[in-house]
Amino acid sequence: MATNINPTRMELTRLKNRLATAVRGHKLLKDKRDEMVRQFMIYIRRNNDLRQKMEAHLLAVSKNFSKARAEMGYLSMSEALLYPARSAEFEVGEKNVMSVDVPTITYTGATEEDTTEVPYSFAFTSSYLDSSVMDLTKYLPELLELAEVEKTCNMLADEIEKTRRRVNALEYVMIPEMQTNIKFITMKLAENDRASTVRLMKAKEMMNK
Amino acid sequence: MEKRKIAVIGDPSSVMIYKAVGFDVFYETEKAQIEQRIHKLAEGGYVIIYITETAAQLVQEVINMYATATFPAIIPIPAGTKSLGLGMKRIKSNVEKAVGADILFKEG
Repeated sequence: MATNINPTRMELTRLKNRLATAVRGHKLLKDKRDEMVRQFMIYIRRNNDLRQKMEAHLLAVSKNFSKARAEMGYLSMSEALLYPARSAEFEVGEKNVMSVDVPTITYTGATEEDTTEVPYSFAFTSSYLDSSVMDLTKYLPELLELAEVEKTCNMLADEIEKTRRRVNALEYVMIPEMQTNIKFITMKLAENDRASTVRLMKAKEMMNK
Repeated sequence: MEKRKIAVIGDPSSVMIYKAVGFDVFYETEKAQIEQRIHKLAEGGYVIIYITETAAQLVQEVINMYATATFPAIIPIPAGTKSLGLGMKRIKSNVEKAVGADILFKEG
C-alpha cells in the first residue's frame, strides 16, 4: 500500500505511465483470453467427438483382436505381426494458435485403396485378425487427429489458465494498487502545496504588521 | 515438415495389433519401466506416444510432465474390452481448467 512511496512529482509521472501500460496490457490480455477460450471450445468439442468415436472403434478392434488371439495363440500371432504392412507415414509440423505452439500431424500413409493389405499370409491366420488390422488402418488418420487435437486442447487449457491468472493479477491487484498510490501522491502533493501557501500567507501577514 | 515416429506402450495382448500399422510397440507393464520408456521415447524424437489406459493410470505424473511440451503427445487409448474413461476425464479436466466450470458435458 501507500506506505513506502515517495510523494514526488517524478514518482507520480512514473506511476501514471505504469498504470497506463498496465491498463493497456490488461485489455490486451483479456482479449487474448477471450479469443483463446473461443478457440479452445472449438477444439475441445472436436476432441470430445473424436475421442468418443475412437474409443468405440478401438474397443471394436481390440474385441476382434482378442478373438483372433484366442483362435491363433500368442506365438503365431506375434509371428504374423512381426513385420508391419506399411510404415505409418505422417508429417509433423507446428502451428501457432494464439501464441501457443501446437503440433500438427498430417497422415500421409495408406489411402483408402490399400487399407486391405495385410502383412501376413491368410493361410495360418484367423479372419478376425484381418478385420481388426483393416479396421485399425482405416481409423489411423482419425487416431492421429485425436492426438493432435488432444494435445492442442491440453496446451491451450494450460495457456488459458496462465493468461487468466495474469488478467486477474492485473485487474484486482496491480491496477488498484497503482491507483491508490497515485491518489496518495496527488493528495500529498496538494497537501504540501496548501501548506506552503499557508506559510507564505502567514509570512506576508507577519511582514505587514 | 519432417517425418518422425509413433510409439505405443502397453501390455502385449492389447497393443500387439498396432504393430500391423507400423507403430513402434513397446511392451511394458511395470510403473518404473513405463516411466523410463516414456522418457527414452521423448528424447528419441517420438511425436505421439499412445499408452493404454491401464498403463497410463500408473504414470500420471510423467504424463503431466510432458503435457505442456509441444512434443511428444501422450494419448491414452482404451485397451481390452472396456474403456476406463481416462481420456474423457482428461477432456473434462481440461475444460474445467480453461473455463472454470464443466460446460461441455452439461449441454447435451
